[in-house]
Amino acid sequence: MKIFTKKNGVYALCGTAVGFINGMLGAGGGMLAVPILKKCGMDQKSAHTNAVAVILPITIVSAVMYILKDYVSLKDAYIYIPTGVIGSLIGTAAIRKISAKWLSLIFSGFMIYAGIRLLIK
Amino acid sequence: MNIVALLAGLFSGVLGAMGLGGGSVLIIYLTLLTDTKQLTAQGINLLFFIPIALCAVGVYAFKKQIKWATVIPFSLGGVLGAVLGIMLTSAIGGNLTSKIFGGLLIILGAKEILLTLKRYLKNKKKGDIIKTNKCSKR
Repeated sequence: MKIFTKKNGVYALCGTAVGFINGMLGAGGGMLAVPILKKCGMDQKSAHTNAVAVILPITIVSAVMYILKDYVSLKDAYIYIPTGVIGSLIGTAAIRKISAKWLSLIFSGFMIYAGIRLLIK
Repeated sequence: MNIVALLAGLFSGVLGAMGLGGGSVLIIYLTLLTDTKQLTAQGINLLFFIPIALCAVGVYAFKKQIKWATVIPFSLGGVLGAVLGIMLTSAIGGNLTSKIFGGLLIILGAKEILLTLKRYLKNKKKGDIIKTNKCSKR
């Protein structure tokens, strides 16, 4: 398998953009990765599944840098993790069954609301 | 520790595992409801997401749903991008970052609503769901 193909170069460039947003804003990389992965030929559900895999290494590197820069420490985060892991398992089980249409509509509405709140804060 | 915090973690985990932007739930909760500083909230979300993503990716990999040939070059580019993004954030500070975050939420939310409606109308017209699977040659 050749490594330096044009396709891999395109993936890496797209990844750089996703990583940039995710590192800068601490979130949002996945939401950006989903439409890009769809353009690369994945269907809706695969794009969501693979977006999580793409974001994982990016998140690990970002988290280490945030700790080194003293923005956050491990003790700030741990209380959210137990229910988060439960939620994660629910999510993985539900993704192939749930109506992605309604979920994304509801969540989009919530995002717009929160965005406005943050801008006028 | 309160019940709202636990629920924020739960919802963030569900949405995060589905690649629906769970991170923004936790950051929004932290910045709007608990007065956490933007950059700390972002850091909490990043730390929080590691075990969540490990669980999700583990399950998806076990089900052979991960396309490693795409994911690996994508992530390698992503790590470089993350370093650049964090350098920019440190330069501009938390307040401006918070506004940019808000702006991005609005844009992505509006875009997703439009896309979903468009897809819905298209499928309704054709009478059934046709999976498009175009491979871009960019």
